[in-house]
Amino acid sequence: MKNRDFIFFVGPSLVAMFVCIAIPLIFVLEQSFFVNKKVYKEVEVESCVAGFTGQICSVEMQTKPQLNEKGEIITQKEFVGLENYVRLINFDAVKKAFWQQNFLELENVKFFSALRFTVTFCLITLPFVIILGLVIALTVNNLLSSLKGPIIFVSLLPFIITPIIGALSIRWLFVGDGIITAFLEWLTNSNISMFSNSWTLELMMILYRIWHVCPFAFIVFYAGLQTINKEMLESAIVDGANRYQRLRFIIIPHLMPLIVFVSLIHLMDSYRVFEEIIAFSSDAYVISLQWLTYDFLRLDDTGNRYISSASASSILTMIGISILLYPLIKKTWNDYREGKL
Amino acid sequence: MKLKSIIAILTATFISTSVWGGHHACDYKNKEELTMLSNSYDAWKAVTNAMASCGNFTATLDKDFQQKHSDALAANPSLYDIVGISNGSITPLINAGTVRPLDDLVKKYGSQLLPNQLIKIDGKIMAIAMSVNNQHMMYREDIFSKLGISEPKTWSDVLSAAEKIKASGMVEYPYGGAFKSGWNIAEEFVNMYLGNGGSFFGSGNAPAINNAMGVKSLETLKKLTAYMDPEYLASDSTYAQKQMQQEKIAMGVLWATRAAAMDNAEESKVVGKIKMVSAPMGDARPASSLWWDGIAIAKNISDAEAEAAFQVIMEGIDKEMVQANNDKAVWLIDGYKAGKSAMGAKMTADNGAVPYPSGTRMGAMHGALGTVVPDFLTGKKSAKETLAAIEDAYIAKAKEQGLM
Repeated sequence: MKNRDFIFFVGPSLVAMFVCIAIPLIFVLEQSFFVNKKVYKEVEVESCVAGFTGQICSVEMQTKPQLNEKGEIITQKEFVGLENYVRLINFDAVKKAFWQQNFLELENVKFFSALRFTVTFCLITLPFVIILGLVIALTVNNLLSSLKGPIIFVSLLPFIITPIIGALSIRWLFVGDGIITAFLEWLTNSNISMFSNSWTLELMMILYRIWHVCPFAFIVFYAGLQTINKEMLESAIVDGANRYQRLRFIIIPHLMPLIVFVSLIHLMDSYRVFEEIIAFSSDAYVISLQWLTYDFLRLDDTGNRYISSASASSILTMIGISILLYPLIKKTWNDYREGKL
Repeated sequence: MKLKSIIAILTATFISTSVWGGHHACDYKNKEELTMLSNSYDAWKAVTNAMASCGNFTATLDKDFQQKHSDALAANPSLYDIVGISNGSITPLINAGTVRPLDDLVKKYGSQLLPNQLIKIDGKIMAIAMSVNNQHMMYREDIFSKLGISEPKTWSDVLSAAEKIKASGMVEYPYGGAFKSGWNIAEEFVNMYLGNGGSFFGSGNAPAINNAMGVKSLETLKKLTAYMDPEYLASDSTYAQKQMQQEKIAMGVLWATRAAAMDNAEESKVVGKIKMVSAPMGDARPASSLWWDGIAIAKNISDAEAEAAFQVIMEGIDKEMVQANNDKAVWLIDGYKAGKSAMGAKMTADNGAVPYPSGTRMGAMHGALGTVVPDFLTGKKSAKETLAAIEDAYIAKAKEQGLM
């Protein structure tokens, strides 16, 4: 492709990415070094509230934000350097854990407990998604062509369901005396509580995510299988290659770019694991990095949200994704440079 | 992905009442287009339906209304004319000055209001209260009398009763409650801590909960969990209510707004079996806090709209509505007859429960409690570590807000 054509093709996307991704990211990065403080003043407030039989009146000192002449709350932006980050990762706890060589202690810091779950979640689901996706694709590829359409449709269903809805359905199957829990209790004659242990919750989340994402891997691999050179497979059979050898030496190398692609997308998606935490109300036991950011952004009872902490948490999430994706992106780049792509 | 899921949650929990006549007759013909945002439990349904009978009125009932109302009322013109609030959720609106004083309107149209309904802040009427709410003890009278257990008055009574009920095997779990991590479990701690006579703040908005009362409150909560459904950290008010209605639990400290549902034969198997009594006593007072629900009017709307809004509100919280919905809440409105389902709320108040200490700093404290208290219940931290971690989380929040 000529350079000029290339720019015409890629230009609009680059502009859109710059406006919609790069600029907000710069703002988030900036915000993570600042806090927006409201200007508070101690004022004496006399208030009367409804009691049961009569009013309860009291005079108390309250901390109230000051308003400007337009009636807006006055805020001051203050530079705090890395303070937001230090607070988020609880630097003292990190130092202590380092000196005592006791890194399990870090589970007590919300950030590290979220990081631990997020990373294990990504790394455990990834191989299952790839392998199961490949198995389904190979199976469907060998089916009678009249069966292919319906089977593909059914296999894609989990991916079509909105994640939060899918997760909520799983919740209702298992929570309390849900259908499946009741059945398992009857089967094993024991009392099962899936929502009262972190490992059962994590297991449910992992299984749910694999079930949900497998169809995506399957459809990508299935498309890839259609482009395999049939003659090469036939000559392999003539040469006496068995099923496994054909898979190992022809099919997988052919699908490799797609495997890398699916891995990239899956890692990016699962690093932002969030719906499962909300749908399973698991935040007492299991939280993810994305949930941590959400928790800072959620309004509390008095209408405050914690944008600076949320920004710091977002930036750390982004750094985490970059580290996780680095090997895959590097491989793709090397392949490109060596002219394999 | 995140925005999508938030929208999905909101849509799932969101009920919008359309304009319809209902049985309520409205004496005021409303000509202004009015909108309202409020919580979604039964009492709000009753009030907004009565208001809708005046015409040109749309209500959005959403249990997560607190996530919207500050920003919605800060807009000019405000996205809603009327907002349903409680003593907690009014704080951000008062702080931002986005609700209007109602003194003139009360003088002109509010002759039906009782003095107790006028919520005054800094001398001005800022909201009209319609009902009070608190958490109190509900228990299965039939089980208690069969086992010869007397009415539980303190937490040690509750625990020994729970032990006997557990031994009898009459229900699956002796105790139930709204222990869901986040707002609910924080509220449980607040109630316990107030009951033990604690106060949350020292001078200069510094936290002051790391003390013997805090430890005792945490330990009582943990002792209770031994008698609860192990999934208690996912159990909100509605779940606990259903557990009681479906004979799964024998007692619990639940919201007064849930009391009437126990005798609703359509959804409850325990009609007539539940006794409502005071919240159990802590060391100082009942482990509960007093809340009120009420209505306020946005500041950023025209005076004509505000005047119409006020008159519609007066129709929504009139005698006729109360008489038709007597047991849906503990109403403060003229014409209400405190029935059996209000007894628990009344006894709790009579025993000296105090109002929830709402305010800016309490919002940060409540948030910190909601994320850290579960760490104690799941055994991740000791009581002292938990209280220290709550204070740390509060300080982080308070510093970011400029409170400290």
